[in-house]
Amino acid sequence: MIQVTQWISVLAIPVFIIFVLGYGAVKGVPVYETFVEGAGEGIRTAFHILPYLVAMFVAIGVFRASGAMDFLIRILSPVTNLAGIPPEILPLAMMRPMSGSASAGMLAELFRTYGPDTFIGRSASTMMGSTETVFYTISVYFGSVGIKKTRYVLAAGLLADLAGLLASVAICGLIFGR
Amino acid sequence: MVNVVWILLLLGGFLTAMFNGRVEAVTQAALDSAKYAVELCFGLIGIYALWLGLMKVAEKSGLVRAISGKIAPVLKFLFPGVPAKSPAMGAITMNIIANMLGLGNAATPLGISAMKELQRLNRDRDSASDAMCMFLVINTSCVQLIPATVIAVRSAAGSADPTEIIGTTLIATLCSAATGIAAVFILKRFY
Repeated sequence: MIQVTQWISVLAIPVFIIFVLGYGAVKGVPVYETFVEGAGEGIRTAFHILPYLVAMFVAIGVFRASGAMDFLIRILSPVTNLAGIPPEILPLAMMRPMSGSASAGMLAELFRTYGPDTFIGRSASTMMGSTETVFYTISVYFGSVGIKKTRYVLAAGLLADLAGLLASVAICGLIFGR
Repeated sequence: MVNVVWILLLLGGFLTAMFNGRVEAVTQAALDSAKYAVELCFGLIGIYALWLGLMKVAEKSGLVRAISGKIAPVLKFLFPGVPAKSPAMGAITMNIIANMLGLGNAATPLGISAMKELQRLNRDRDSASDAMCMFLVINTSCVQLIPATVIAVRSAAGSADPTEIIGTTLIATLCSAATGIAAVFILKRFY
């Protein structure tokens, strides 16, 4: 299974690019012009998240440099140790359901401190990619049709997030080693 | 919600710094962090452009519509109350495929129209139906084939192998989606 997971990682992007461009060409889409149009949107998107990156980097940078982060991690570690979760990624896990841009900023800040190619960096990457922003999605989708009673949906969404966190740590430990 | 967290981080940090005598270090960290955010952003531009360029081709070529027939049996199981040929099922299908392909911008309007169609089938207009809850949970535990944002941030942060987490992410997201779906099937009996 470890081998298969690695193959998926290596092949996913080349296969995806060949498939998308090949399919587009067969369907008669002007592939180059369409790509360029989308790439322009990509550049705007990168600049669009810059204010979020600055806001989150400064807040977490301050929190970390003051020693408050170490204190928080020390308080949380007895709980996280039970599940084998590195306490360093817990702040990101708590931000993930709230905001995509803010958690992307936190992820980048984690990479800056611990490096992307460490157990912490890989687990954080995997967790970040495996879940979405529950609170945001609820407010946009239920808000659009005026649903007031959301019933059990938040509980189910947060359970899914928790499963994603536990699975990320377990699978990264298995494949990359801790 | 993010508002509260953000202000707590900043105030907590500065107050702790005053107790610890680390005020200067913290001020320096604030300035350095702001600068680094911009450097990182420049690292992201190229990869975002590449990815959204590809996404545009996927969108214009009708790829989403082409895949939708393949996942119909799965959706019939997940949404027992929604008729197979209804506009609601059509919008749900398109939204889920757009999400799997990472077409976030295309997925949101499709998701909203799916919600509007589900509201038509809903008996109590104020309260979320089981189909709505299932749709939302699938959306938030998103099975995404390629986690493009994470790869971009990893690459911008100087990772030796930014894409090595695609396989692990796929497994983790399947666990998270399975848990979410199971939770809906169980919780809907009690509410």
